[in-house]
Amino acid sequence: MEIIMIIAVGVIFSVATYMLLTKSLLRVILGVMLLSHGAHLLFLTMSGLKQGAPPLLGEEAASYSDPLPQALILTAIVISFGVTAFLLVLAYRTYKVHQTDDLEKLRGTADE
Amino acid sequence: MSLLHLVVLAPFLLAILIPFLYKKFRHIHTGWFVLGLPLVLFIYFLTFLPEISGGGAVQETVPWIPSLGIDFTVFVDGLGLLFALLITGIGTLVVLYSIYYIANKKDEPLNNFYVYLLMFMGAMLGVVLSDNLMVVYVFWETTSLASMLLIGYWFHKERSRYGAQKSMLITVFGGFSMLAGFTLLYVMTETFSIREIIAQTDVIASHELFLPAMLLILLGAFTKSAQFPFHIWLPDAMEAPTPVSAYLHSATMVKAGIYLVARMTPVFGGEPQWFWLLSGFGIFTLLWGSVSAVRQKDLKAILAFSTISQLGMIMTLLGLGSAAVHFDLANGETLYTTAILAAVFHLINHATFKGSLFMVVGIVDHETGTRDIRNLGGLMTLMPITATAALIGTFSMAGLPPFNGFLSKEMFFTGVLNATTLDLFNMQTWGLIFPVIAWIASIFTFAYCMIMFFKTFTGKHQPEKLKKQAHEAPMGMLIGPVILASLVVVFGLFPNVLSYSIIEPVMRSILPSLVSDGGEFYVNIYHWHGPNTELMMTIGVVIFGSLVYLNLKRWQEAAFFLKERDPLNWLYDNSLVWLIDGATWVNDLQLTGRLRDYMAYMFVFFAGFMAWGLFYFDAIAIDLENTAPISTYIFVLVAVLILATISIPFINHRITAIIVVGVIGFLLALLFVVFRAPDLALTQLLVETVMVVMFLLVFYHLPELKKESFKPTMKISNLAISIAVGVFASLTALSAHAFSYENPVDAISNYFIENAYTLAGGNNMVNVILVDFRGLDTLLEVLVLAIAALGIVVLVKYTAKGRENL
Repeated sequence: MEIIMIIAVGVIFSVATYMLLTKSLLRVILGVMLLSHGAHLLFLTMSGLKQGAPPLLGEEAASYSDPLPQALILTAIVISFGVTAFLLVLAYRTYKVHQTDDLEKLRGTADE
Repeated sequence: MSLLHLVVLAPFLLAILIPFLYKKFRHIHTGWFVLGLPLVLFIYFLTFLPEISGGGAVQETVPWIPSLGIDFTVFVDGLGLLFALLITGIGTLVVLYSIYYIANKKDEPLNNFYVYLLMFMGAMLGVVLSDNLMVVYVFWETTSLASMLLIGYWFHKERSRYGAQKSMLITVFGGFSMLAGFTLLYVMTETFSIREIIAQTDVIASHELFLPAMLLILLGAFTKSAQFPFHIWLPDAMEAPTPVSAYLHSATMVKAGIYLVARMTPVFGGEPQWFWLLSGFGIFTLLWGSVSAVRQKDLKAILAFSTISQLGMIMTLLGLGSAAVHFDLANGETLYTTAILAAVFHLINHATFKGSLFMVVGIVDHETGTRDIRNLGGLMTLMPITATAALIGTFSMAGLPPFNGFLSKEMFFTGVLNATTLDLFNMQTWGLIFPVIAWIASIFTFAYCMIMFFKTFTGKHQPEKLKKQAHEAPMGMLIGPVILASLVVVFGLFPNVLSYSIIEPVMRSILPSLVSDGGEFYVNIYHWHGPNTELMMTIGVVIFGSLVYLNLKRWQEAAFFLKERDPLNWLYDNSLVWLIDGATWVNDLQLTGRLRDYMAYMFVFFAGFMAWGLFYFDAIAIDLENTAPISTYIFVLVAVLILATISIPFINHRITAIIVVGVIGFLLALLFVVFRAPDLALTQLLVETVMVVMFLLVFYHLPELKKESFKPTMKISNLAISIAVGVFASLTALSAHAFSYENPVDAISNYFIENAYTLAGGNNMVNVILVDFRGLDTLLEVLVLAIAALGIVVLVKYTAKGRENL
């Protein structure tokens, strides 16, 4: 199972990298979102996908899945949500001001 | 803190007071407040003479950074005392002279001038009187700094700024390498104290760092003392006010390198590299400086090249004399120590006549408005006192009797002739070049001395070419050159007043290993040696020098003599241009301003670093056994996830892109469900929903996704980079997975599972971790959200006025 998950994460990383290297600001933001998805998934995978009960004590199971990575991923999801939302508004604002989302055209001028 | 420390620091303390005195007493020339200090210091240093000439030394220590072995140790021996006397003595005369040279006008920043000058004086005293190498270095760089400030005193002139920058670059370059050399000495001996280092000479001589340390320290000495090819800063430093040129660039600062070489002779002397580097560079500098001086038209430029050449001569003598360390006392060492004697004697002589000549040139400049020898002439009758001082100075520099320059030149010839009889360091073969070059250089020295005197003071007076009506200078300006010129005569007629009071103790400092307890060097300077080779050489110099001078017109038609600037300046100026061009080229190459390029640098580095790590440590491992079983529905989920991801780059409609990214988010939430993470699934679902809603909100305002307009080659390289990132990230993850099963570690989560209820009273372990065990994370994560929200509000709500309309 882990092998397949890791390959999926690799694909997500590849596509995210490709998107980050493009010229359109919107595509770059999509790349950032994909990259955080990949990272969260990798986090979960690397903590082991051995089947156990959900980390709720009421279940009275013999083994639980690891609760610590879940807590960490939860924090990461919220933070990447905040950052992505900010990026999105930043892109919106950039487009409003400069009337373009082409990073090539957004390059600094020579006298900067 | 002893009186000696106070003496070294006194100029700095006075420098602090100067601006107040300048502001408070505007009608009194600030120089008068300064004048007393060097005079008092000079007299104070004179009181050391009896003790030092008796072979003693004075030492006082104040700890500065004891844990690093850096103490402010003031150490007065013969060498240090000689330099201290030169610095304070000539300092007094220069301050007096400057009072008349720089008028007390409103637009002259006199406070700057004297603060810099005092700073320089204190730093120079610190260099020559410190025993600790680090303290020497600190003061050494302070002299560079003060010199830079003084050269750029008239900072509104472009040439001044150029000269200041050039001297700074070159001397600081040397200073840094000297620091490296000092550090190597510390590595070898584990002490910064010069005298303790001298005591460990045998350790140093056999150490592998011996040669690097020597080269680095010599680089510092050569740059400071304007040796070829680092001499080019000195002629450009002539943009400084003339008192500065007289003080710094003839008598004191340029001799700091000489001082350093003399100080280090007991450490490095007696080795062939030291001998050849010093005497080789010295003799070439002597020749180069004297030949270059002949083609100059500006009096100060002539003096600058003459200083270069005379410093080369002293350096040569120190190099030749260092051979004496090779022998012990029994071997008739007088043959070799003569060179050291000549070096010390000429050091004193040069300070006297060069100081007076600079002051004379300043007077000529001040009273006629020009320093160009083509415009000057016939000033003898108008300025008799100045002309007399100039006559004494130039004839002494040319090496004519009865002045002191004659004596030191004779001793110089003795030194180089002795060099031919040395039977070490290949001197049997190469020794003859020394007297030959020395003799040729002396001919040119004679020629430029004659040019200086006769072109300025004899011939036809040309008042129409002068800016001012030429007349004799005020008394105060004449005191300096007259005193120095009389010293030239006194030392010329009675050289032995210096012999045992100053020169002999200096030689003890330079060659301590040659005098055992109670022993003394035999120092006697005679005028008349009988009709020997040296005398013949001097007569030859006078004859050929006169010929050169008389045929000056024919000489100066040669191409080399037409240029006033040193050809090496071309290399210096261009290397600065090349440096800037090269840096700009490198910058333009990498700093393109494209986000894509910077991203590419990071990704290539990341992928490359991972690849290197994996292959170098042979860490690639795939573990197929310890994996969880594959269930079909997970497999389907992952397959859909991969397909959706791959499709993203091909989407050219923003609504489709948003939906597909939303699908990926929801697939992730489903995976969280499958992998038993209910809280994650919940959050992911919510976040993804909000995100899609937000996308749809700004959707209308966002640009249409266009087809990528990259060139195919760019696309391929982007593709290669992204595949490499994905592949190496996966490989790293796979290897880490395999590694974690080979080296199992107990997960700390067992603690959380066991204690979630007993310690925190909660059944939901993830939530207990978030708010109880690791609550700080959550607190700061809330902060992140708050900051992002505030940022968004600001971005949307506030607009810069007049710049944009939303």
